[in-house]
Amino acid sequence: MALAINIENLHKSFSLGFMLKKKKILKGISLEVNEGEIFGYLGPNGAGKTTTIKCILGLIFPEQGKIELFGQSHLSLPAKARTGFLPENPYFYDHLTANEFLTFYSQLFSIKKNEREEKIKDLLQTVGLQQSAGLQLRKFSRGMLQRIGLAQALLNEPSLVLLDEPLGGLDPLGRKEIRDIIVRLKEEGKTVFLSSHILQDIEMICDRVAIIVNGEIINQGALQDLISEKILFTEIDLSGVEEKELEGLGEFLSGHGERGLLKVFKEENVEKVLELVQSRKGKIHSLIPRTETLEDLFVGMVKQK
Amino acid sequence: MKIRAIAFNTLKEAIRDRILYLLLFFALICIAFSRLLALLTIGDRVKIIKDVGLTSISLFGALMAILIGTGLVYKEIDKKTIYTLLSKPIQRYQFLLGKFLGLVLTLFIMLLLMSIIFLALIFFHTFTVEWQMLIAILYVFLELCLITSVALLFSCFSTPILSSIFTLSFYLIGHTAWGLETLIKKIKPGFGKVLAQGLYHFLPDLENFNFKTEIVHSLPIPPSIYLYSTLYGVFYTLFVLTLALLIFRKRDFI
Repeated sequence: MALAINIENLHKSFSLGFMLKKKKILKGISLEVNEGEIFGYLGPNGAGKTTTIKCILGLIFPEQGKIELFGQSHLSLPAKARTGFLPENPYFYDHLTANEFLTFYSQLFSIKKNEREEKIKDLLQTVGLQQSAGLQLRKFSRGMLQRIGLAQALLNEPSLVLLDEPLGGLDPLGRKEIRDIIVRLKEEGKTVFLSSHILQDIEMICDRVAIIVNGEIINQGALQDLISEKILFTEIDLSGVEEKELEGLGEFLSGHGERGLLKVFKEENVEKVLELVQSRKGKIHSLIPRTETLEDLFVGMVKQK
Repeated sequence: MKIRAIAFNTLKEAIRDRILYLLLFFALICIAFSRLLALLTIGDRVKIIKDVGLTSISLFGALMAILIGTGLVYKEIDKKTIYTLLSKPIQRYQFLLGKFLGLVLTLFIMLLLMSIIFLALIFFHTFTVEWQMLIAILYVFLELCLITSVALLFSCFSTPILSSIFTLSFYLIGHTAWGLETLIKKIKPGFGKVLAQGLYHFLPDLENFNFKTEIVHSLPIPPSIYLYSTLYGVFYTLFVLTLALLIFRKRDFI
């Protein structure tokens, strides 16, 4: 499969503070993002996610390493013309209306005047802002700014969309809408590079992920390869059995009166608990086997590092 | 087209800035004030109006160039709009040139407005449109282009306050550097003279753009002086813009 992004051995340091002390931000990042996939770029705050994205976009010049977009230098205009970008906490020209803003950016892509109006109208509809086309951006809420940010990132119908924390600060409904748009982008054959620390969203939509901690990639691959499907434990919500009788079978997490939540680690113990509840004429309200999540993997790796 | 788009956005941003209107308001008050000053003066009243009017246009034009010029690029960096802008298929020089042209266009419009009021004020006294005033204003415009490029250069690596101070210093030094010429003539040969000569060539001489006295008093100006001032303005501006570009093209936007 062709590569949308190819990064090899990327190094970057910044000189910080009054004494201009050098701090290494990226320590030899190597990444491969295939065309047509949603790639999740995970890491705690300050790990180097945004710096990597800025290097890809040519906003920052790495000291060492190679970056290619679709086999071309990341600084070449044809490569940039195929790329869309939504920054973290987007802020745009607040003196412009949504329509004026998208018109301005479409001129930077040399989109012809006759195509422009139709395209902007469609995009505003896609991101649900058709009612706010004439509103100045200074009057936009955070969620609306995120949407107009996404619209500007899609103006050129990019083959590659880089999204830096696109779901941060959004309410659950807003998050779902943006998630749906990202999935739709993949269905249209676009590559999405998504940096986030909201792991549930990454897990829901990403095909492959890379985890960056302290400027180093500590793991990358397909989600199903990284997360084991082995059952870690089972959570049983039950009633009708005394807490004392369940001792040794699992860990009692919470409970009031006769009802309680039990965390059972061994599969044979699950059987035993079910038999016990049946014999005491109790009730199982729910039984949820918990496999490893991306969060477990992420937290484990970050702690290890 | 890309440079034009950035220039027009800069113009739009500048003309929606309140500072500009505040400065324009004070400039117009000063121009109108020249009428009052003329009433209190014995002698040629129209000359006073012309003198004060042209000085007001030059001074407030420079203030506009400094305050708006130093703010606009920094604002792009500070508010991070530059991230999305430079991630588009544009070169960094296109961004900087677009910003410069947008600012120059803004200043041109402001000068035009002030000139119309100024010429109208003279017209009420002489009942003639004194077009030759526009020559002095044209050279004020050339000076403002140079100041804008300097403001842009400083705002590529510094904060608006520092950039404003630097640019204001450039403006003040530029209008007083001619004193060095007199000093060079009077000083004895030696290290001091070499230093003064070096400084004289290094420091900007913005008096090259000052034709106010000659125009107001209808003194003859040889065409070679006009040519020299034009070339001085154009090449100095290009030199400063090139410096700004060299700094800007390698800058990291953290």
